[in-house]
Amino acid sequence: MSDTTIPGLMADAEESEKAPNGPRRMVLNMGPQHPSTHGVLRLLIELDGENVVKCAPDIGFLHTGIEKEFEVKTYQQAVTLTDRVDYLAPLSNNLGYCLAAEKLLGMEIPPQAQWMRVMLTELTRLNSHLVWLGTHALDIGAMSVFLYCFREREDILRIFEMFSGQRMMTSYFRIGGLALEPPRGWAQRVKKFIDVFPSRIDEYENLLTNNRIWIGRTRGIGVISLEDMLDLGVTGPMLRAAGLKIDARKDEPYSSYEKFDFEVPTRTENDVFARYQVRVEEMRQSTRIVRQAMEGMPAGPWKADDPHVVLPDREKMKTQMEALIYHFKIVTEGFRVPEGEVYQIIESPRGELGYYIVSDGTTRPYRVHMRTPSFGNLQATSRMVEGTLIADVIASIGSMDFVLGDTDR
Amino acid sequence: MLPDHLRERAVAAAVADFDADAVITGKYDRDELTLEIAAPKIASVCGFLKYDQKFVRLSAVTAVDRYPMEPRFEVIYHVHSIERKERIRLKCRLPGIDPVIESVTSVWRSANWYEREVFDLFGIRFLHHPDLRRILMPDDWEGYPLRKDYPITGSRV
Repeated sequence: MSDTTIPGLMADAEESEKAPNGPRRMVLNMGPQHPSTHGVLRLLIELDGENVVKCAPDIGFLHTGIEKEFEVKTYQQAVTLTDRVDYLAPLSNNLGYCLAAEKLLGMEIPPQAQWMRVMLTELTRLNSHLVWLGTHALDIGAMSVFLYCFREREDILRIFEMFSGQRMMTSYFRIGGLALEPPRGWAQRVKKFIDVFPSRIDEYENLLTNNRIWIGRTRGIGVISLEDMLDLGVTGPMLRAAGLKIDARKDEPYSSYEKFDFEVPTRTENDVFARYQVRVEEMRQSTRIVRQAMEGMPAGPWKADDPHVVLPDREKMKTQMEALIYHFKIVTEGFRVPEGEVYQIIESPRGELGYYIVSDGTTRPYRVHMRTPSFGNLQATSRMVEGTLIADVIASIGSMDFVLGDTDR
Repeated sequence: MLPDHLRERAVAAAVADFDADAVITGKYDRDELTLEIAAPKIASVCGFLKYDQKFVRLSAVTAVDRYPMEPRFEVIYHVHSIERKERIRLKCRLPGIDPVIESVTSVWRSANWYEREVFDLFGIRFLHHPDLRRILMPDDWEGYPLRKDYPITGSRV
């Protein structure tokens, strides 16, 4: 049944088969290709009837060696790798990496680039939460929500395409600012979206919040104490659903988040339903941030004034010798980053995302470690589902909102 | 020995007062505090930070390979205090031959998977770890991919 040996797991099952009452416990292998694991997570679940006695998550099926890959890319090239870590929130990862590299370089980012980053990262949060809500509801049996969520997600992806030319792997943030000038007419497009979006959130809530089946499947399910979560490394909306007001955007503001007015929603029930409510409220708050950023977007340059790091304008490159030399140097060998190490935290849709970059003074990162929220959150799986019913396992793990690309890197 | 200018950092001073031998050196760079801890003392320092200094969260454990320098490995702990809104980095250096360090899973359970990852990708062993197996690579994998002497490309025939 299982080719990996999980200590204590099979042993218990075998022992119980020898027990006088006859065989009672069995080991169920869920995944790695189970649709509700949203990727390739394998759960080995030991069951006593319908009760989960033990649960051992097995990860690594999506390990692609991204951290090793960083070490042979120049700093600017490596931005494209960060998209592929958490493919539902590419811009959050771009932002975390760029902020860390900029901290090493000691760079000042112009206000327009910072605000644009905030706006697009919040749209990414909406995108990610929409996928979460749709698939989580689908797992629990509410199919129509999925169709509604993906309708709005499409609008967001079109906005991303307008900015960067890509729907998913945007790589729109670069060290020093943005990759391209914001396109003409972006403000109208974003406005059109956020004008209707709050009413769309009402639609989802109409479908779910008072839905008896939804409540029955989520209330009081997946409870895990706050102490356990902190000790097991859980971050993000799960902590907020347990009443802890923690959000890196407020506690350790980056990219001028301190200039925006928004609330950090919390609940105290600490179950799957509370996590749903927190994320829905976060969508409303993100819409507020997007609107503030759109309306108050500062004028000015969208990339830093640092010819050693930032590529020159196309026009300058064609007409000025110096700009051409810089362009050639940056493209062929990259730029040198002063020696040192930094750990930059941002609040990704899933929780605390940390980029630890070690530089040895050359043009390529010496070591990059990504503290990804999904990896931390998944550690709590066993604690959360052990002692509950097998039927609630899907709802419980769905409420964690993990992405396996983010877990395995 | 803690450098004198780090005395004004409350955490650094507290750790040095707790165990003066544990702190080898430290630095404050780009608004981040790094304390280099003697490897055998890591578990007791982490316990002190968690229970006495309110660093309730272990954000991540990772490692850096300084090959061919010796001591070759650095094990990095990122620790976070929600109450104090403060983060610090602990660093332990380990030799290239048989790198072993005490596990901090007894302090924070979240260290479990992070240490498994370091074991998996760097080959650093953690003593008294409850379940030290590979986590990202297949169980029968040979070698430690994030070591600097491990090739980036090449086929395994």
